[in-house]
Amino acid sequence: MRTLAKSGTEQTHRTPVRWYILVFLAPATLIYTVFAIYPIIESLRLSLYQAGDGQGIFVGIANYAKLFGEPLWADQFWNAFKNNVLLFVMHMLIQNPIALALAALLSIPNLKGAAAYRTIFFLPTLLSVVVVGFIWQLILSPLWGISPAFMNWLGVGSFFKPWLGLESSALITITLISIWQYVGIPLMLFYAALLNVPEETIEAARIDGLNGWWIFWKVKLPLILPTLGLVGILTYIGNFTASFDLIYSIQGGLAGPDYSTDVMGTFLFRTFFGFQAQLGDVYMGATVASALFFIILVGVGLYLFGVQRRLQRYDS
Amino acid sequence: MLIKERLSNAGIHTVLIAYSLLALFPLALILINSFKSRKAIFREPMGLPIGDSFSGKGYASVLSNSDFPLYFSNSLTVTCVSLVLILLLGAMAAHALSEYRFPGDTFIGIYLVLGIMVPIRLGTVALLELIVNLGLANTLTALILVYTAQGLPIAIFIFTEFLRSVSREIKDSARIDGLSEYRIFFEVVIPLVRPVIATVAVFSMIPIWNDLWFPLILSPGEETRTVTLGVQQFIGQYTVNWGAVLASLSVAIVPVLVMYIIFSKQLIRGITAGAVKG
Repeated sequence: MRTLAKSGTEQTHRTPVRWYILVFLAPATLIYTVFAIYPIIESLRLSLYQAGDGQGIFVGIANYAKLFGEPLWADQFWNAFKNNVLLFVMHMLIQNPIALALAALLSIPNLKGAAAYRTIFFLPTLLSVVVVGFIWQLILSPLWGISPAFMNWLGVGSFFKPWLGLESSALITITLISIWQYVGIPLMLFYAALLNVPEETIEAARIDGLNGWWIFWKVKLPLILPTLGLVGILTYIGNFTASFDLIYSIQGGLAGPDYSTDVMGTFLFRTFFGFQAQLGDVYMGATVASALFFIILVGVGLYLFGVQRRLQRYDS
Repeated sequence: MLIKERLSNAGIHTVLIAYSLLALFPLALILINSFKSRKAIFREPMGLPIGDSFSGKGYASVLSNSDFPLYFSNSLTVTCVSLVLILLLGAMAAHALSEYRFPGDTFIGIYLVLGIMVPIRLGTVALLELIVNLGLANTLTALILVYTAQGLPIAIFIFTEFLRSVSREIKDSARIDGLSEYRIFFEVVIPLVRPVIATVAVFSMIPIWNDLWFPLILSPGEETRTVTLGVQQFIGQYTVNWGAVLASLSVAIVPVLVMYIIFSKQLIRGITAGAVKG
């Protein structure tokens, strides 16, 4: 920013300084740099330090060696990473196809009540995870939930299990709750993309004798591939960062039972702040956050250079 | 042909209604039970709050005894101020990026939208240190600044894409009329971006109102608690009365709901206006 203003001043005698450009850009750039970019870079730097007397001591990649080398840390890291990958895969296989299917139905021309459906489908997305977490505990808790009674009433009471409390089913249950809440976002993006498919293209396909089903697969779907890519990368990023909120609300900081729902977010939180017996560690916290940064960078890189570029080629 | 069409129509609505029920059922459960007495909640969670089981105590205790009104005003302050800053500063930056050519414009354009791909949460460790050093720990200002920084990239992206698709003629004719660049922004550009303001507002507002991470870390103090954090801690204390918990949840839902209903028509229009491209 400073060099920009300077180079402007040097030209004063020829063209007037366009101060207004600076006025328009500076506030956003300043807040964004100080409170978003600087903390991320500073966290990357802190990951190379360890606690010393009053000040951090530079230790190179020792923290990373510890994170990946010491079983105590590595086990937690890989467990959280594995759960995140599972979470991502399940969202891709369940959430996004449901969103696409609902969006395809909603975008049928002259569908009655489309606006009402749209609002209803988006409602859970508006809710705080705290609310969502509590709602589903009220439904699923074996002690005070309504599922046991409800399932008895349906005559399938014997199938009830405390899904959130079992190691084998806790993560999938959390995933389904998360899908219930967030399906609205990919749905909106797909819906908007489907509405943008030109009417003439669809009409031409109809004249060629294709019915609604085939028009969707052969005409609309290829045209909205860029949106599929976008939804994919948004799912990836959200999965590695935002999944903290729901898991912390439902299972607490220990991401129980027995860490079976631990993800990078909860792992980072425990490492940074400490939890119960474990002491918080700023430097290891920064290391976990930085590892997460690189994981996201890999995903974004793959998306930008692989998926998106290829999609654009098909697009044109 | 007609019969077949009707059948498939019925099939479509069956699917959509089934999913609507799935989306609404848990919400209805909260609302229904928030009006019931504690006994009735556990005896008949599915029953409607009529006759004996009706109780407005939950709402009464939320609105009078607890700190809920404070949490509520905290959330409202943080969300509204952040939203105004995101919309205004975002539109200003987007205007500069889409309107003028200047050295480094491409670089700044890319730099400002990097935040879409790199979540600000990754900088939490250093962010907390920064906030403490600035003396902003446990203040609403800290949350406002962080949420503004978090919301700006997507706002700038959507506004820039939109402004680039808008014809330059209106701005150029305003310039010929002798309007200053500032007046062009406020009198020409702001009215122009109105269709996408709703889109930006909804996408920025939901994560702010519902966020648990930053309130928990940057301002967990009693005085600065947001609704989301307040409810989370409230639920944590299991001895509290359930009516109050459920009532507080219902109250926490209302503002986003109102906002969404106001904006929902414009939201879709904004997205389809080509504002969010793959």
